[in-house]
Amino acid sequence: MQRIRLRYTKRGRLRFTSHRDFQRAFERALRRSAVPMAYSAGFTPHPKVSYANAAPTGVASEAEYLEIGLADFRDPQELRAQLDASLPTGLDVVDAVEVRTPNFVERLEASLWELRLPQVGAEQAARAVELFLAADEAQVERQTKNGLRIFDARGAVARLEAVAAQAGVGPVGESAATSDVRTGQACAILRLVVRHATPAVRPDDVLSGLRATADLALPVPAEVTRLAQGPLDEESGTVTDPLALDRAAAPAVPSETAVEPQAAASA
Amino acid sequence: MPIESVFPRLEALLPHVQKPIQYVGGELNSTVKEWDSCDVRWALMYPDAYEVGLPNQGVMILYEVLNEREGVLAERTYSVWPDLEKLMREHGVPQFTVDAHRPVKAFDVFGLSFSTELGYTNMLAALDLAGIPLSAAERTDEDPIVLAGGHAAFNPEPIADFVDCAVVGDGEQAVLDITEIVRAWKAEGRPGGRHELLLRLARTGGVYVPRFYDVEYLADGRIGRVVPNAPGVPWRVAKHTVMDLDEWPYPKQPLVPLAETVHERMSVEIFRGCTRGCRFCQAGMITRPVRERSITGIGEMVERGLKATGFEEVGLLSLSSADHTEIADLTKGLADRYTDDKIGLSLPSTRVDAFNIDLANELTRNGRRSGLTFAPEGGSERIRKVINKMVSEEDLIRTVGAAYGNGWRQVKLYFMCGLPTETDEDVLQIAEMAKNVIAKGREVTGTNDIRCTVSIGGFVPKPHTPFQWAPQLGAEETDARLAKLRDAIRGDRKYGKNIGFRYHDGKPGIVEGLLSRGDRRIGAVIRAVYEDGGRFDGWREHFSFDRWMDSADKALAGTGVDVAWYTTRERSYEEVLPWDHLDSGLDKDWLWEDWQDALEEVEVDDCRWTPCFDCGVCPQMDTQIQIGPTGQKLLPLSVVNK
Repeated sequence: MQRIRLRYTKRGRLRFTSHRDFQRAFERALRRSAVPMAYSAGFTPHPKVSYANAAPTGVASEAEYLEIGLADFRDPQELRAQLDASLPTGLDVVDAVEVRTPNFVERLEASLWELRLPQVGAEQAARAVELFLAADEAQVERQTKNGLRIFDARGAVARLEAVAAQAGVGPVGESAATSDVRTGQACAILRLVVRHATPAVRPDDVLSGLRATADLALPVPAEVTRLAQGPLDEESGTVTDPLALDRAAAPAVPSETAVEPQAAASA
Repeated sequence: MPIESVFPRLEALLPHVQKPIQYVGGELNSTVKEWDSCDVRWALMYPDAYEVGLPNQGVMILYEVLNEREGVLAERTYSVWPDLEKLMREHGVPQFTVDAHRPVKAFDVFGLSFSTELGYTNMLAALDLAGIPLSAAERTDEDPIVLAGGHAAFNPEPIADFVDCAVVGDGEQAVLDITEIVRAWKAEGRPGGRHELLLRLARTGGVYVPRFYDVEYLADGRIGRVVPNAPGVPWRVAKHTVMDLDEWPYPKQPLVPLAETVHERMSVEIFRGCTRGCRFCQAGMITRPVRERSITGIGEMVERGLKATGFEEVGLLSLSSADHTEIADLTKGLADRYTDDKIGLSLPSTRVDAFNIDLANELTRNGRRSGLTFAPEGGSERIRKVINKMVSEEDLIRTVGAAYGNGWRQVKLYFMCGLPTETDEDVLQIAEMAKNVIAKGREVTGTNDIRCTVSIGGFVPKPHTPFQWAPQLGAEETDARLAKLRDAIRGDRKYGKNIGFRYHDGKPGIVEGLLSRGDRRIGAVIRAVYEDGGRFDGWREHFSFDRWMDSADKALAGTGVDVAWYTTRERSYEEVLPWDHLDSGLDKDWLWEDWQDALEEVEVDDCRWTPCFDCGVCPQMDTQIQIGPTGQKLLPLSVVNK
């Protein structure tokens, strides 16, 4: 069995796709593009797909990851293009590598998030960030299935900064129509690096923390995008590419066998 | 003039609502056309939640038929849940289409498909959110033509105040004909405004425009007559019938949603119409004659549809799917073709007498063997004669015996309560039948570990059926009878544990009955319910019986008629029924004779294999039965295609 790791996005309006919705859509895309999936054994066999650390519903992402098992060999780049064409625009498959290293999920140590705060001034945001970072902890509440949980949102934050807002530029991958209405309005932008800890600290928990420590209130909901997830460089606070190890372990010349199954089928 | 998308304004509301994905569109195989490149624009609505409305075949077919035409665009809209409705009202966001998020008011035609009357309040919510006046009389040339279709449109009188027109029967050709009339009228510079357009539609004889008909009432509250009030408008409006299903292989590219919906499968309608003649069944009466899709046509639709969707299940739809003349070859051929792809097959409606175990085995060859469902509808032989559902208990026991023997462990049986002439005894017979099913299952399998579920709901008499004159059983009487049945099943020591019992109480049925056989006076009731907050009446958690009854008391005050008059009252032969001027093709005298036969427990056979019994449809509509066998087979798909 060949295994392939894929990076995909949830962009624009499709950020409202829940993880369950994405799973269904992805498995149908596999069928439409006739990917030779490996199936689990058992009474109702399922295609072998494992998903890692999905972003919450309503949050956009440039860096979601999953892994699939194939019954037959495929060239990762061709497979990527094929799946990408089969999925709706916004759910885009942007990277693929053949699996050559174990423990992928442990490699996803942290995420880099971009938080756009419409109608919030840049200075106001910068002050709030300062106060938040100066605090030892920021107790926040979140409603979970098991009731209200109270936890610290400060400890997991490796880096937080307010970056200069550019007028008229929408979030990454956002449709032009979406960013147009915001043009001309103040919009603070935060860059946030959060360690993947337990309990998980999400961007909206950090926003709750900003409200708790710095009284930052949002007139309209923040637009949140995960820009990256992967190994965390603690010193610089940067998140690096989790597929780099697999890429490095790949043989110098890509295998040429990818075209053969097709040739055999039409023969 | 380009129409602005409301999406940017909607988007800001979506983080605050449940399941926002249902409002964003972008489904696979959906279509967005340039607004300005089209001169006739349809907004199509299934007036229920997205999860129910999206898989609806009727809307999907019309959406594709219209979008395939040059210069025509169609977009879809669904009912928004109360959480979003509240936010839309607060922020002034109008009812929108999910395709390009255009406001519904900007379209030429706003077409609604009603499979059930319980969508009427949702229509009012959508009109209101769209900024379209609820009352058709108050609309101007700025508003779309509001058009109702679907099975419930066969009696559009309760919504006559709210719709500009209604179309009965098959929609495929009808929407194109209407499109041409709208196009010509617009090209001429909209002479005479919407009045003229509606008049042109009415004069075709195939579009019902309520405003061109006056209803006169008798002193006792019954209808005296229904009279056209404009020149050239016909006395009766005819239903539409598509004769060759192979010419209409829709949907070719079924929509695949991102959100979860009630049916996630590739559905192919294998035939339309049914002549089994079950007297309670409105669908069977109003969709005659039977028109089969050919086995090869079905094979092509399945092949193309699976490629376009990636679905894992194929549903072979019709009113009684095992009755297709080539069902055995069809299921075997499809199961053979898709063995390696793990594609499951399902037949949603199967009759006990047309079912056989070979068929069942083909259906489950590539998938799960979960449960089998049959609908004997009535518990006693006597009541099954009354309703003309001629399946014998022996047939049923033999069939379920074979099913249990072949590995099934669960059988579901559907029944109705409150059928004409029914007594407690008829309903209690259901318990006996279920016990016999379990006994047979135990005998065949040698294990006690099998189940049978009895599912039962109240019967609602429907227009254009032999039971259109029948009194409906009251809610309390229905509930009392169901309670007796429940006790008879649960109280049985030997079998009770293996029999599940699911029932619907009688109250929603009374509201459905009121709306089904109502006349124009019911419009005020619907409006009152809507204004009191009524929405999503098909959903238990939103439905309020008390709200309907209170609103009816108020709205019908002074008319001399009430809910009981519409529901539990038996009608006489000479009464003018509110839907008599809508022509389903069925001869009213034949329906009356069939009603009399029902009371005398006389059965009628199926005209597919016995001589015509003169229901009237074929000569009236100039149609005929179209069935196979064609003798063709489904060949394996070539390897290259895979």
